Amino acid sequence: MSSGKKSIRALGAKLLDGAELPIRIAITICGWSSILFVGAIFFFIFKEAAPVFPHLDWGEFFFAHRWIPIPAEGNEPSYGAMGILYGTFAITVVSMFIAMPLGLGAAVYISEFAPPRRKEWLKILIEFLAAIPSIIWGFIGLVIMGPLIQKILGVEVGINLLNASIMVALMAVPLIVSISEDALRAVPDSYREAALALGASKWEIVYKVLFPAARNGLLAASMLGVGRAVGETMAVWMASGNTDNIPENFFNPLLVLERVKALTATIAGEMPDTVHGSEHYQVLFVIGIVLLTISVIINVVSDLIIKGIRKES
Amino acid sequence: MSPVSSSNPFAAGGNEIRKQRTENIAKNVMLGAAILLIIPVLVIIGYLFYKASPVLSWNYIWDVPRDLGRQGGIWLPLIGTFYLVIVSLMLVAPVGILAGIYINEYAPNNWLTRCINMAVTSLAGVPSIVHALFGVGAFVLTLGMGASLLAAACTIAVMTIPVIVTATREALAAVPMAFREACWNMGATKWQTIRTIVLPNSISGILTGVILEISRAAGETAPILFTGAAASVAVRTATVGDKLMPYQLDDRFMALSYHLHVVAEKISGMPQEMKYGTAAVLIALIVVINSFSITLRLYLRSRKKW
Amino acid sequence: MSVHIEFNNVTVRYGEDIALDDIDLQIQEKEVFSIVGPANSGKTTFLKCINRTIDLISSSKVDGTVSIQGEDVRRVSNVYALRRRIGMVFPLPVGLPMSIYDNVAYGPRRMGITDKQRLDELVEQCLKQSVLWDEVKDRLHMLGTKLSGGQQQRLTLARALSLEPEILCLDEFSIAIDPVTTMKIEEVLTGLKEKMTIVLVTNLTQQARRMADHVAFFNASELVEWGETEKMFENPDKEITGRYLNGDFG
Repeated sequence: MSSGKKSIRALGAKLLDGAELPIRIAITICGWSSILFVGAIFFFIFKEAAPVFPHLDWGEFFFAHRWIPIPAEGNEPSYGAMGILYGTFAITVVSMFIAMPLGLGAAVYISEFAPPRRKEWLKILIEFLAAIPSIIWGFIGLVIMGPLIQKILGVEVGINLLNASIMVALMAVPLIVSISEDALRAVPDSYREAALALGASKWEIVYKVLFPAARNGLLAASMLGVGRAVGETMAVWMASGNTDNIPENFFNPLLVLERVKALTATIAGEMPDTVHGSEHYQVLFVIGIVLLTISVIINVVSDLIIKGIRKES
Repeated sequence: MSPVSSSNPFAAGGNEIRKQRTENIAKNVMLGAAILLIIPVLVIIGYLFYKASPVLSWNYIWDVPRDLGRQGGIWLPLIGTFYLVIVSLMLVAPVGILAGIYINEYAPNNWLTRCINMAVTSLAGVPSIVHALFGVGAFVLTLGMGASLLAAACTIAVMTIPVIVTATREALAAVPMAFREACWNMGATKWQTIRTIVLPNSISGILTGVILEISRAAGETAPILFTGAAASVAVRTATVGDKLMPYQLDDRFMALSYHLHVVAEKISGMPQEMKYGTAAVLIALIVVINSFSITLRLYLRSRKKW
Repeated sequence: MSVHIEFNNVTVRYGEDIALDDIDLQIQEKEVFSIVGPANSGKTTFLKCINRTIDLISSSKVDGTVSIQGEDVRRVSNVYALRRRIGMVFPLPVGLPMSIYDNVAYGPRRMGITDKQRLDELVEQCLKQSVLWDEVKDRLHMLGTKLSGGQQQRLTLARALSLEPEILCLDEFSIAIDPVTTMKIEEVLTGLKEKMTIVLVTNLTQQARRMADHVAFFNASELVEWGETEKMFENPDKEITGRYLNGDFG
């Protein structure tokens, strides 16, 4: 270096930081990009759906059970999506009935009862469970769970609401476990110690101290589980039977053995058959709007709940 | 001494014994929940591999699908998934990592930052099929990419931004503030501090996020349904070079996940072992990818620098 | 002797809270200026105003002027160059997660010094100045974070000296280290006084008495009084100053 012996003081005074302006701009733009993408998603989905807004019969869309997008010769198509809305609703409810107890139980076991080494192993296994892609769950539902349900319950078709719900439940459980475990861990140890000092057993601590204290976190966990169930596509498509169907009697538990059709599966299944710009195509984007709205609301609300917990602890 | 022990004031009374019993039951029920989750899944996956075993061989991996996948191997879907992952990663990694850096290091504490955080959360919650619709509207149609490898990779990239942003943000937040302050006090600029202290000490956490993205990209099906995945493609596979580079960015491509969907449901007369073979390869791929991230994390924990 | 650092009606707020209230004082060139006072009296904030790291706290607001050699620090266009003129040592030792050598060479490297020989000389010189050289000269490539607390604090000092600063600020540097190391560093500081102005924040009043030419007493965000060390200890203007400095406060 020619300026090798210049004093350090002189060097320091000269060095300017203008050189980092470009990287700073790049970082800022990338930082804002998420907002841009969320905006773009809303924009493009509305853009594709918009032409159908004026002449879609909204009452029919939400409250009629008549989904005939490709009618027989000479008939008008009709887009009554109530059966499909029911399908998504039913899969969500049934899968949460399965996933919540399992997820909560596993979370409580991992955070309160398991010895440290087993805790590590369980967490790793549950992480693997979370990594299994939804197409694999769909495949398992189709070729393994279906025949299993057929055989055990003696029904004709094993591809039904129950099957899809089990698959969705297994997909939602890792999420529920990790959020619930975070919520339980966020309860200060002093609560546990105080209860122990009063002679409470560990189980009493769980349901009298931890559950009430972690209430919001558990709520957020179940909401995110619901979000996952509503948005799940491949497993639901392949394991639900994909048949528009509303049961006559909602109080008959056997309705879980009927086939259903979900919002996500409708888009996935019918999109390839549509012509770009056709009414059917646009109505599928309307379904996209419904899904988008539900999922954004669920995620933002549960995120607020989780942030609230972090602030408290 | 028996009278003394029978009146032992510390002996468990009926109430306590009952309590102890409930506790044991509760503990076992919850262990049961954990087991109920994991064991059947492991059994099922083992069963998948067992059923796939007749076809699993290097030849099955290296051969291209013939007769719509009824015969041959899965090379074209496998290499398609590989390219999908690479292209999407090249698109999302810089944006996601820089966005994570912005949120953790630069963002002021104001409403705009809250909006950004909310946007990341929302993006993570958007259903994958809605991402597919977005991909159709934005990349396939408006940007004129058509249904292609590039359009599918863009769709996957947008979908997985939150994975990388969240991992980066958490990795950066784990670097103690005192290190940054020490550097600032020596006159280091913000970016110098990030480049020389913050990034080198969080790179592994960021890498975990990258691996997670790879795993997601390799397994997702819905987002590529209408944006570029094909049930079969006509490409030249005569030479090894052709086989290694079968797709251009604007070609439709085969992907392992979509291939599984096709062979499982769409094609009649599909031999069982071909279905199971595809599923087994996809699962093996995912397990290998995720093992990397877990090993990386355990390794890092063992050599923390402070 | 001329005025090196000057505070003119400086008031600092964090949101609504006042951290420094209307501070006026001058620090002469090449003296040891000591600031004493109880916790939360604004001493650290005072130092942060000098090298403008106060700017990094987003809720802070500074009124009044701080000038170094007559130049208002808020008018300085290149704040990084300003910070390079001022060495800082904070209460808790911070070894950066890199080798001891890299710790000391960090600052010079950021200024573009890449010459290996020059860096070697610098590292050796700084580590000698901070009386750490003999303990680490055979393991310069060990992680700085693996040193003991006292050693890390001297490493922090070596890092602060690596930029050949004109001002050296120390914030309760002896809080986490043993008395022997403290005495060693105090000797070093006495030697460094020839080359630079030293601002020494301390809660050990005897340390201030041993080292300082001038002492300022801060209490509850206010500058109670300041003056020559001898006068502050023997004959302060305010009663509270005498009580605090002689150890029967509160």
